[in-house]
Amino acid sequence: MLKIWSMKQQQQKSDAASGQSKKKKVTAAQLRVQKDLSELSLGTTMTTHFPNPDDILNFTLTLTPDEGLYKSGIFTFTFAISQNFPHEPPKVKCKEKIYHPNIDLEGNVCLNILREDWKPVLNLNAVIVGLQFLFLEPNAQDPLNKDAANDLQQDRDRFRRNVRSAMGGGSVRGESFDRVMK
Amino acid sequence: MQPEALAPAMNGEGTDRPRWKYMDRILSRPGGYTDEDYDPDTPANNIEAAKILVIGAGGLGCEILKNFALSGFKNIDVIDMDTIDVSNLNRQFLFRQKDVGKSKASVAAEFVMKRVPGCKINAHICKIQDMDEDYYMQFTIVVCGLDSIEARRWMNATLVGMVDMENPDSLKPLIDGGTEGFKGQSRVIFPTMTSCIECQLDMHAPRAAVPLCTLATIPRQPQHCIEWAHIIKWDEERKDIQLDTDDPEHITWLYQTALARAQEFGIAGVTYSMTQGVVKNIIPAIASTNAIIAASCCNEAFKIVTSSAPFLGNPEQNNYMLYTGDSGVYTYTFEHQKKDDCPVCGNLPKDLPVNPQSTLGELVESFAERPESQLKKPNMRTEEKTLFYSAPESLRQQTEGNLKRKLGEMLVDGEEVAVSDPAFTIDFRYKIRFS
Ligand SMILES: [Zn+2]
Repeated sequence: MLKIWSMKQQQQKSDAASGQSKKKKVTAAQLRVQKDLSELSLGTTMTTHFPNPDDILNFTLTLTPDEGLYKSGIFTFTFAISQNFPHEPPKVKCKEKIYHPNIDLEGNVCLNILREDWKPVLNLNAVIVGLQFLFLEPNAQDPLNKDAANDLQQDRDRFRRNVRSAMGGGSVRGESFDRVMK
Repeated sequence: MQPEALAPAMNGEGTDRPRWKYMDRILSRPGGYTDEDYDPDTPANNIEAAKILVIGAGGLGCEILKNFALSGFKNIDVIDMDTIDVSNLNRQFLFRQKDVGKSKASVAAEFVMKRVPGCKINAHICKIQDMDEDYYMQFTIVVCGLDSIEARRWMNATLVGMVDMENPDSLKPLIDGGTEGFKGQSRVIFPTMTSCIECQLDMHAPRAAVPLCTLATIPRQPQHCIEWAHIIKWDEERKDIQLDTDDPEHITWLYQTALARAQEFGIAGVTYSMTQGVVKNIIPAIASTNAIIAASCCNEAFKIVTSSAPFLGNPEQNNYMLYTGDSGVYTYTFEHQKKDDCPVCGNLPKDLPVNPQSTLGELVESFAERPESQLKKPNMRTEEKTLFYSAPESLRQQTEGNLKRKLGEMLVDGEEVAVSDPAFTIDFRYKIRFS
């Protein structure tokens, strides 16, 4: 071990911190989230909200699409990030009960990079781009709300009408939805 | 020439160390690979003096504890918060039927101490996060036999953070073993010197997952029905109850929910134990793979402590051994390179002398002028506090008030501050030194 230590001394740059402290260190997950947040490009359609600004691992993202079928809706997603990030993806849920083929009535989201295609090289920006895309291009191939997916596939006009009435707080086939209009 | 002729006292007969006859023979003479100044008296003394920390008393941990005790190590600590489950008994050989429900760490320690008199094992029934740096500082080597990546990452970051240039004893080699079915790996890390667990995070494949919509709409396998009950149905119907995967009532609920779903889709094969396995993400463990990996971890520890032969993890040499037994037998040993942008060991904290009377805003301005950084849009925090974030906008608004505050109010001497900036791929870490 003495040999290793002398190698260590040779390797060490002179300006490194001396002495250790008992203070807690910024965790690898925090560091990565901090980095990801510094690189977020939210544009004009998204805002974040941190209920506790000291806790960057839990926040909400509000999305207000300015085009597409969900235009003018306000959608809120909760992000819960564990200390195992980025080995594990963030847990993302939609807070409102909405009519969307890829989001179920409990707010679960079917987005490949939130689950089966998550890789640690992906960042939070990739996730929010993915969420944005779901509102521009809802797809019937990955249904979490089967009725909505069927409507989208069979009759795009009916789907459009259902989206608008659900966003206004109306019901579709007896299921009532949250009002999400601006 | 017979070795006995050279070292009759070391053959164990007529000595007070018959148990260590063969080990002493290995250590009694320098060999082709020992250090030039190898002293045959030191190794055995080193073994007796070494304090080993074993993390995990499960499949790997049982093997590791047994190996260390039988190699002459006398001071061992073991940490494990788990209790013994009946399903552990096939491979975690220090446990018996009567031990089910008891602490793994305690039962393993008792068993080994009884079997190997003179070996002292302290059992700790807790999480590794419950122990502080003073505790970890007492050990010669830390050996992990874990199935949790999160725990490994924590241990790794802690040992990296403990390295102190003023104190050679602060460098604790970390030996990590892991198995999955017929595959496994053992690796040795010299914190801050060689590639660490965080550098090697890409060596762990993320847990294979099935698309959520498959679970929701077209399950094809019994596991899909269980995942559906676990991920979707539990939240829908038992939202207010925190799922506890060790609670039999909870597993039973998931099992019955999954079974009903499977019947609806004509899928056979959902069982209680499969439910338990899927929900707890139990990786199939094979006793012999554990034995191979544990043996290699313990041999590396033995070589590091005794300096009797070159070991895995020597800086700039191989540090990672892969064992692949699932298609034939293949082992591959290589050097995993340390990463410059590793968030744990890539950019070690530097001392940053600051005046406690100066403001956070002045510190941010000084970052913009520092030659190595020139940070224009910094995000900075401590473990506890978000100090100032340039982005996103909402956090900027919430934290800009801090810019006027004095550093002495927000920070304590020695605290770590991490700074990120979109213009840099690496993060900067500083240890605040009040001057
Ligand atoms: Zn590293």
